[in-house]
Amino acid sequence: MRGYLRADGRKGIRNTIVVVYLVECAHHVAREIVTSFRDRDVHVIGFPGCYPNSYAETMLERLCTHPNVGAVLLVSLGCESFNKYKLAQTVRDSGRPVQTIVIQGSGGTRKSITEGQAFVAMQRARLDAMETVEMGNHELIVGTVCGGSDGTSGITGNPAAGRAFDLLVDDGAACIFEETGELIGCEHIMADRALTPELGAILEASVAKAARYYAALGYGSFAAGNAEGGLTTIEEKSMGAYAKSGAAPISGLIKPGDIPPRGGLYLLDVVPDGEVRWGFPNINDNAEIAELIACGSHAVLFVTGRGSVVGSAISPVVKICANPETYRRMGDDMDVDAGRIMEGKATLDQVGREIRDLVVALGQGQRTRSEELGHQEFILTYKSFEPIGPACLPAA
Amino acid sequence: MPMGKTTDQRLLLLHEFDNVRVATSRLHAGEHIVIDGASALLVADVPIGHKLARWDIEANDKIVKYGAPIGVATTRIEVGSHVHVHNVRSDYTPTYHLEDVRIRSGGAS
Repeated sequence: MRGYLRADGRKGIRNTIVVVYLVECAHHVAREIVTSFRDRDVHVIGFPGCYPNSYAETMLERLCTHPNVGAVLLVSLGCESFNKYKLAQTVRDSGRPVQTIVIQGSGGTRKSITEGQAFVAMQRARLDAMETVEMGNHELIVGTVCGGSDGTSGITGNPAAGRAFDLLVDDGAACIFEETGELIGCEHIMADRALTPELGAILEASVAKAARYYAALGYGSFAAGNAEGGLTTIEEKSMGAYAKSGAAPISGLIKPGDIPPRGGLYLLDVVPDGEVRWGFPNINDNAEIAELIACGSHAVLFVTGRGSVVGSAISPVVKICANPETYRRMGDDMDVDAGRIMEGKATLDQVGREIRDLVVALGQGQRTRSEELGHQEFILTYKSFEPIGPACLPAA
Repeated sequence: MPMGKTTDQRLLLLHEFDNVRVATSRLHAGEHIVIDGASALLVADVPIGHKLARWDIEANDKIVKYGAPIGVATTRIEVGSHVHVHNVRSDYTPTYHLEDVRIRSGGAS
């Protein structure tokens, strides 16, 4: 692979400029700036809220200093509570160019857009001339998520993603699986894979927390389409989702924005700590994808049965279609046809290798279907977390 | 247990302890299927990825898939019957689903 070397020593497989709105009131200006650079790796991310939230600030700090990001433009209305000074300083400290546009100071929408376009044009030219360096598989961080799951997901796509994870972990990469609310019923078998008994207890506690959180909200992490696709209960969905983790030992538990300290398999705990305050832990798949990317994921494996079309800002999303009928309908959106396993045309190991090889190809210039189609979804909402303790990362 | 008894090749067994099999392609209403040696008439379409009972399952029995419990039968489920939200409940949180009459008549995917 070829990577873009950043000042902190990490390498990116993309060289994207992010334009960051710091409150919904600045979203339109940010989007207008980006629209004029369509298909040139300029993405919008941001936070809609006007009230401060340390989780959101951490998320945007990690995303703006992600190895796939080369330059950052912050777009502030001016009166929101988001700490734009701290975010700009974090980006500067990372060695990346950063500019902050304050719409109220710049003189409104039109002037802010013009000012922003000038910054992006200059940075785009600089980044396009940047040399790449050699990058090994051991330098990769890869996340996995499933969405629009159905009765095929746990049989084909999820275990195939798990095989790809096993291969990547063997190569020394860090792999992250998540959604503790979709591991309900799997906590004991998962705990047995932890590096230490203390970590095993932490993994079990994270699932218990998720079960409590969802119980308080009255709905599991389960959508109507899951049932239509043949999944009957959250524990059935969980057994299928768990297969994405593969068979490697579990090296640690991290929370959104924590970057795995070394290679291995990690569980991302996405359910907030403390009392139920902010509504559903992740209101849709893209909220989970944004968290995986904030943990440093260069790419995200997305297994779908019903047929999701999403991609993401910052990191490519590899869409693995579990259901052969869905693949025939929506093949243009899919990178991997794992439904072949259901039809006896391929084995889990074959599709697992195909997924691993595709991730490596992304570091050699290949684009995913969602990238080609212009998908750059992003969402970030309110949450709160306690920091992880030392027992969460026993090998660090 | 009826291991080794004949079964329609479209019905996948994921684990020997399971009391359900998974349809690997759509099965159609009116078909006679053979599942673990028993014969059954499908009264409605069974879409890909959905489950059928390997034998008669009594009310309050665990439904077992991947070798693990995935819920509890809310009623008696006869061999070859569709095992889903109408006859199974979660041991954790209730399953939210939208009722689409076309599913039962075989029109929806």
